[in-house]
Amino acid sequence: MEGQQLIDWSWIGDHLDDILVRTLQHLELTIIPIVLGFIISLILAVWVTRQPRVYAPLTATTGLLYTIPSIAAFAFLRPIFGLSLITAIIPLTTYTLLILVRNNVAGLQSVPADVLEAAEGMGYTRAQRLRRVELPLAVPLMITGIRLAVVTTIGLATVASILGDSFGGLGQFITEGLQTFFPTKMILGGAMSVILAFVSDFLLIRVEHRLTPWAAARAARA
Amino acid sequence: MSAGPHRSAAVVEFDHVTKRYDNVERRPGSAPPPGAVNDLSLTVPAGKICVLVGPSGCGKTTSLKMVNRLIEPTSGKILIDGVDAGTRDVTELRRSIGYVIQQVGLFPHQTVAENVATVPRLVGWSKERQNERADELLALIGLDPAKYGKRFPAQLSGGERQRVGVARALAVDPPIMLMDEPFGAVDPIVRDRLQNEFLRLQEELAKTILFVTHDIDEAIKMGDLVAVFQEGGKVAQFGTPTEILANPASEFVARFVGADRGLKRLALSRVGDLPILAPASVKVGDDVADARKRAAAHSFPYLLLVDAAQRPLGWIAPDRIPASGRIYDTMADVVPPIVNRRTTLKDALSIMLDADVQAAISIDRAGTAQSLITVDDVVRLMREGQHGPTFGIEGDEDAAADSAGGPSADEIGAAVSAEAARTGDPVD
Repeated sequence: MEGQQLIDWSWIGDHLDDILVRTLQHLELTIIPIVLGFIISLILAVWVTRQPRVYAPLTATTGLLYTIPSIAAFAFLRPIFGLSLITAIIPLTTYTLLILVRNNVAGLQSVPADVLEAAEGMGYTRAQRLRRVELPLAVPLMITGIRLAVVTTIGLATVASILGDSFGGLGQFITEGLQTFFPTKMILGGAMSVILAFVSDFLLIRVEHRLTPWAAARAARA
Repeated sequence: MSAGPHRSAAVVEFDHVTKRYDNVERRPGSAPPPGAVNDLSLTVPAGKICVLVGPSGCGKTTSLKMVNRLIEPTSGKILIDGVDAGTRDVTELRRSIGYVIQQVGLFPHQTVAENVATVPRLVGWSKERQNERADELLALIGLDPAKYGKRFPAQLSGGERQRVGVARALAVDPPIMLMDEPFGAVDPIVRDRLQNEFLRLQEELAKTILFVTHDIDEAIKMGDLVAVFQEGGKVAQFGTPTEILANPASEFVARFVGADRGLKRLALSRVGDLPILAPASVKVGDDVADARKRAAAHSFPYLLLVDAAQRPLGWIAPDRIPASGRIYDTMADVVPPIVNRRTTLKDALSIMLDADVQAAISIDRAGTAQSLITVDDVVRLMREGQHGPTFGIEGDEDAAADSAGGPSADEIGAAVSAEAARTGDPVD
């Protein structure tokens, strides 16, 4: 193959369907861990606000989970779940916890004490106070955590391609490109991941502004 | 004034209420426990403002928070219209009691209107009724609902936030309001305005209000009744502001209300409380002989020059009146201090002491001269209604001024300057 170009645009033009499918798979590999991780970390964060002493061991645990290499986690989970999406999702979910627990706790702790006291004194039940006061006020810091976790997970999710072709995401292009010495695929996989990360981050910023009009009012004053 | 015609006020009774904190384990770095309360018994009649005042850590805030059970008493009960608050559902109890705190605690993520409608929302009013009520309350506290309703708390000034806090507490027309230093976080000028607005509001609402402050002046101004707390969570004295200022029950109370309690009492009375004494007035062009006669017949030797509408222009000193002829406007060289019926005697006295001629003229809305006020009138009113023993401050000779024989204006002036020199006194 003499005169091979770094990027073969005609190949890309011929494989737009593939690119779309891989991108959707990649979104799946990102969104499922983020949603699961957010739910778990929210429960943990509420627990921390009720029992502050659990916070230190909890952050130690999420930090430890984060240090486990994904390949090692796949190797460990494969005998149980096989070469499945679940095997890919579990470590990707646990990786999000380090960021999400920390930010969700910070979000709940950012609710001013006088606001909590006023809510309690006016007759909010504990559940009402959590749902209508604490969680809405925690949104800005929670979304900061989600943005960070999304960008991180989009990068990490490329590794899932080693588990299987059927859900491999954009990482599949990178792996195949490496195996067949076809740089177009490698560059495509990498570039698409970066684009996906940028677009997701942008959209999340928009979501945050939509959810917290009051924060803009506060920022304008400060 | 009784709360008779008002539907919404309740009697609050503390019955041997005690709160102890000696068993509380404290983790290092945690906030110190709030003040304990020791065998508190007092009754706040319906529709009255009862101020709990005292130095910090004396249990006044603890007492307040036991009413809506943010703090549960160790022993004793709090009765609301005869019903033990401890037996009521705590959520329902809190929703039936207005609660205002110093830092206001408005919800930053909700608009002003949503904040005001907090309790109506909790108790399940319809959306329309919530909105209506929010508009009504914003108008009541002097904030245009159309302009302020959709703002967020961060877009309000400190004074506006405090007012919204009061409106929020009033939302379901609760019979009781608990106010914990509600005007403590704003500057003195705004505080004074908020206090006045609130007192005007209370004239209509006639709620039963428990009001915590560490500021004795605020207590005297706001309270129908004042409970002076002292260290250890005991009530040193419970009575009307006048009673407490005139007859402090102990040395602690005397010290807490301050050596200037005589002057503070002046803040409780207004010019309108004095008997009306028409000044000897003349107009430009009046006959001098006639004017002389009028001045001689009056207890106050100066003549008041007024215009055609009876508005005061200036004093004419007795020695400036010529033997014959007519009155000219150039004869009046000193403009009298002007007050009105609502001016406190403290302010009136202060104005008079500053003026060249130590008498003031009270005017009505049209500016017409109504009454003459002299320093002696003020002193006389203060002497009425003063009974019983007075507690002197150690080494304080001012107490001697309370003995027989009214102090002259000079003596009061001296007391005022002595007071000014003593402002460093640790009162709280």
